[in-house]
Amino acid sequence: MIRLVLTRVLSAIPVMGVVALIVFFMLRLSGDPAAILAGDTASSEQVERIRVSLGLTKPLYEQFFGWIMQLLRFDLGTSLFTGLPVTSLIAQRIEPTAMLALSTIVFSVLVAVPMGVLAAWKANSWIDRLVMVICVLGFSVPVFVMGYFLIFNFAITLRWFPVQGYTSPFVDFGRFVSQITLPTLTLSFIYVALIARITRASVIEVLGEDYIRTARAKGQVEIKVLFRHALKNAAVPIVTVIGLGVALLIGGVVVTESVYNIPGLGRLVVDAITRRDYPIIQGLILFFALIYIVLNLIIDIIYTIVDPRIRY
Amino acid sequence: MSAPATSLPPARLSGLFPFLKRYPLVVIAGLILGLIVLAAVFAPFMFTRDPTSMSPLQRLRPASEAYWLGTDHLGRDVWSRLVYGARVSVIVGLAVAGLSVIIGLVIGLISGYVRWLDAVVMRIMDGLMAIPGILLAIALVSVSGASLTTVIIAIMVPEIPRVVRLVRSVVLTVREEPYVEAAVSIGTRLPLILTRHILPNCIPPLIVQATYVCASAMLTEAILSFLGAGTPPTIPSWGNMVAEGRLLFQIAPWNLLWPGVALAVTILSVNILGDGLRDRLDPKLAKRM
Repeated sequence: MIRLVLTRVLSAIPVMGVVALIVFFMLRLSGDPAAILAGDTASSEQVERIRVSLGLTKPLYEQFFGWIMQLLRFDLGTSLFTGLPVTSLIAQRIEPTAMLALSTIVFSVLVAVPMGVLAAWKANSWIDRLVMVICVLGFSVPVFVMGYFLIFNFAITLRWFPVQGYTSPFVDFGRFVSQITLPTLTLSFIYVALIARITRASVIEVLGEDYIRTARAKGQVEIKVLFRHALKNAAVPIVTVIGLGVALLIGGVVVTESVYNIPGLGRLVVDAITRRDYPIIQGLILFFALIYIVLNLIIDIIYTIVDPRIRY
Repeated sequence: MSAPATSLPPARLSGLFPFLKRYPLVVIAGLILGLIVLAAVFAPFMFTRDPTSMSPLQRLRPASEAYWLGTDHLGRDVWSRLVYGARVSVIVGLAVAGLSVIIGLVIGLISGYVRWLDAVVMRIMDGLMAIPGILLAIALVSVSGASLTTVIIAIMVPEIPRVVRLVRSVVLTVREEPYVEAAVSIGTRLPLILTRHILPNCIPPLIVQATYVCASAMLTEAILSFLGAGTPPTIPSWGNMVAEGRLLFQIAPWNLLWPGVALAVTILSVNILGDGLRDRLDPKLAKRM
């Protein structure tokens, strides 16, 4: 068991290395990074200053290993605009994003899994069709379109929720809930579609198995058949998709935070784009990739422990 | 093994009418897409005016006979911008789908067949897939400057690993087939094996994948433009229209509504078309979805 876990952990390291390599060379491939970062109106002294501050005057391999050593000390460099370390900027902004992501994952799983099970149970009925329509819509309606649709109807017309903003749950929980509701619904739409579709597909597959017939034959209540016997055995692909979907979620977070004016990591990215603050973009890519890899690693390890059928 | 014949679509549906009856949504989606592409190609003849010409006196006008869908904050005609904006979405969708499928196919074929390359290529693909696509695209655009070409490349790069994985999985199953072994044993050269025996197996799932890539590319272009890291603001695109319309959307909601609806309908149509193709071309995948 320990060896299995260790192998999984070790196999994640080269992936992270490749991410670092990609991020490092992306800036260099585009020609003179200092000139790009400085913008079109910069003087040659400004360009030179950026070049020195980024260490671009040293040979490439030295730059790369210096940068990797920096990363290993959890140093993501400093923002070109504010001069603050990128790690402390991330730390300042992480709470709203974490809250939004968490509420979205919880809400989506609570809605999508029963939805998928229901669709699978009533496969080819109107309920199933409805669920599938919701799924296709979820994949097709852009996040911001959904966001403004909800704002227009529930915040401006009906005045049920505030239009935008964020309050920490540790400061005022009621306000937090009212402000996080619409962003959560917005971001959940695509995630619900993703999870419901895979739940439906894997439950349909499991429902054809012999043990389901046995459970029904011995008179097990249908709801227990569905949730205890079927869902449990269909869980692996569902949990996998929840993990893989985090990549989708991160993209959505950037847009949702921008629509609802939430001061999280997504806004940090958008502000960095307008200011051409590349160290922030670079740092956030590494940060999000790390979260994605670690999360999927944890899911992988849980499988090996929970599901005796999986052995690598 | 006998599969229940009723669960599979008939091999051939002759004529448009039976097809329409069996897949009404797919036909409607195809028609909508056809219209959108036509409108994009013949944009100047679609009762449009110059989508970039500003008339400050006509700012934020609601829909009227002169301006079918109203005007934006610079007095530009929303209908004209919408029609010309379709060009960006169509170009980006088709270009990204085409390019990422071709590049992914080549990489996937070679990686699936040449064992020693496989490990290296797949690690690179794993790394690319670990970076959220939109962030990768944002970074690529922000280092190379905004232009339509950059946007296409930036959206394409995160899509390639998905294609590579798909092709590779097909190659790995097909390479063990007896006819491939036979071809190897009579000394067929590698390029011929790949193109003659393995490639044809990849085409049906790739066509399906291409439609999904196309939908996701249109979505990503809109998101990039919305965030200010996409198509330059001088070019009318649906994402740019939403980005500009959001500022005054309480006063002039149509500036946001129409490009939003256009995006949703177009992407929805591409997805429905993709699902239809999947059911016809790739029944194995269709069963799993």
